[in-house]
Amino acid sequence: MDIYSRRLLANRIGIGLSMLAMFVGLIALLWILFTLFSKGFAALSWDFFTQDTPAPGTAGGGLRNSIIGSLMIIGVTTLVSTPIGILAGIYLAEFGETSKFASATRFVTDIMLSAPSIVIGLFVYALMVATLGGFSGWAGSVALSLIAIPVVVRTTENMLRLVPSSLREAAFAVGAPRWRVSINVTLRAVKAGVVTGVLLAIARVTGETAPLLFTALNNQFFSTNMSQPMGNLPVVIFQFAMSPYDNWISLAWGGALLIALLVLTINVGARIMFRSKGNL
Amino acid sequence: MDAAKTINQIASLVPDVSEPVDIHAAPTKAFRRQDMIFHRITLLFALLVLAGLFGILASLAVEAIPAILEFGPSFFWSNIWSVPDDRFGARIAIYGTLVTSVIALLIAVPVSFGIALFLTETCPTWLRRPLGTAIELLAGVPSIIYGIWGLFIFAPLFSEYVQPQLQKALGGVPLLGELFSGPPIGVGILAAGIVLSLMVIPFVASVMRDVFETVPPVLKESAYGVGCTTWEVVWNIVLPYTRVGVIGGIMLGLGRALGETMAVTFVIGNANRIATSLYAPGNSIASVLANEFGEAAPGLHISSLFALGLALFVITFVVLAVSRWLIRRGTAKQGI
Repeated sequence: MDIYSRRLLANRIGIGLSMLAMFVGLIALLWILFTLFSKGFAALSWDFFTQDTPAPGTAGGGLRNSIIGSLMIIGVTTLVSTPIGILAGIYLAEFGETSKFASATRFVTDIMLSAPSIVIGLFVYALMVATLGGFSGWAGSVALSLIAIPVVVRTTENMLRLVPSSLREAAFAVGAPRWRVSINVTLRAVKAGVVTGVLLAIARVTGETAPLLFTALNNQFFSTNMSQPMGNLPVVIFQFAMSPYDNWISLAWGGALLIALLVLTINVGARIMFRSKGNL
Repeated sequence: MDAAKTINQIASLVPDVSEPVDIHAAPTKAFRRQDMIFHRITLLFALLVLAGLFGILASLAVEAIPAILEFGPSFFWSNIWSVPDDRFGARIAIYGTLVTSVIALLIAVPVSFGIALFLTETCPTWLRRPLGTAIELLAGVPSIIYGIWGLFIFAPLFSEYVQPQLQKALGGVPLLGELFSGPPIGVGILAAGIVLSLMVIPFVASVMRDVFETVPPVLKESAYGVGCTTWEVVWNIVLPYTRVGVIGGIMLGLGRALGETMAVTFVIGNANRIATSLYAPGNSIASVLANEFGEAAPGLHISSLFALGLALFVITFVVLAVSRWLIRRGTAKQGI
């Protein structure tokens, strides 16, 4: 075999393997989505949205209380993490060009973006649950906020950095104070990008289970009291999937589908929005 | 004369260029005060973010003190986890975490490399965007979905079709055979590693694709120009050029895999022992925490769980810090 056919063969094998990898990866991931959809849709029904989580051994039931609980916890998380994340992002982009403090903060947000979420649950347990006397929806929101904030900070900062400096200079030249330039000029210019960041943060925390296990815990009954343990979809999925009851397992698939649909919709929505308005 | 007045006003606003001036300084005192407040407020929130990390480290360390005082530093490597005896050690959980992550990377790295190669070199242009977006969207699928799929769909099929075949093929090989011995029950360390790898692939693949795209086209074109095949271009030009970034991406995947809770807890089997066989059930740090923390009695048990959390946080912190540094170096590189 001469050198040319050997090189050609190596090329064919390499490229073939790479296509195989793409194929295998896609098949595995499509398989996961396919089972999720087929098992999940089988569980969806009117009762699924209107009944509360069933007691052990009883038939039927739905996930109403945990859907409401999840929405409330995520709602509070969004309200807490959006202003904190955006303001910290503004600091990093506008005031923190070179300072040591800013680069330390940047480093920490990067680490927190991928930090194990279960450890954040432990932290909030030590901070709020052990000291304030019990699991609560608030503690769940704080834990999720700790995961959402770094996402918002990073996207806000990256977006603000894309603003051309001529825009800032023009605003300064007409005599605007710095805070007005930041809020009314630069932040407004990248509004779509910042909203995308917030949406991505919401998508990220929607499926987070580990930080809620020891903070919001779970609640079998309908409750809108954030100071009490609160039902929420991820923890219910975890508990029901591990249970021996068939209707619980089916509800877990339904819940998993609901969460996956929500996350995918938010992600796709964020992308479409960013693509249509985000490009400066 | 109004015009003269206006001109004077404007003139007073023009900075005296003989002195170095801050052109960003607001022209009036009120503006300056408002800016100061604005600066302070944003600084406060940035501080809050920084305080979060130190808060986590400090609280984990404080809560872990009783366990470490009781068992000494050997807590981190002693091979016991017994709730009834109130004796705890971290080796079983750390072993499970490391082994599942290594298995995950052994599978995920070549597959992700193949995907990134396909997306940047051989994929038809019209297909690049949709496939790339699909990979990115899959990175956003919550890990609990991977876990529940692993438990109900993957593990039964794995124990019925794959594990016996693997055992038949490799069981006779000395040393290697040990890893695939024991009853093929599906759930266990190996299954957890495989499910974890599926979860990590989208992350690693999209980082690899991003760093592959930083290679200047002129480099690749000149290699093609002297007659290199696609494989040779990737192996001899793209990979050496992006080596640092690729390793950073792998480390990022490792960081994810180490701390992953849900994808692992469902399928690892939750047994507190170390077995030679990868078929045997085990436990990772995250799965021990997820399973036991809710029901743990205050005292040594809770404190030991916090110590485990601390160990996990420190390990992932180091891995993520290195990965960040490498990715920065990898993508910052411009030109040759």
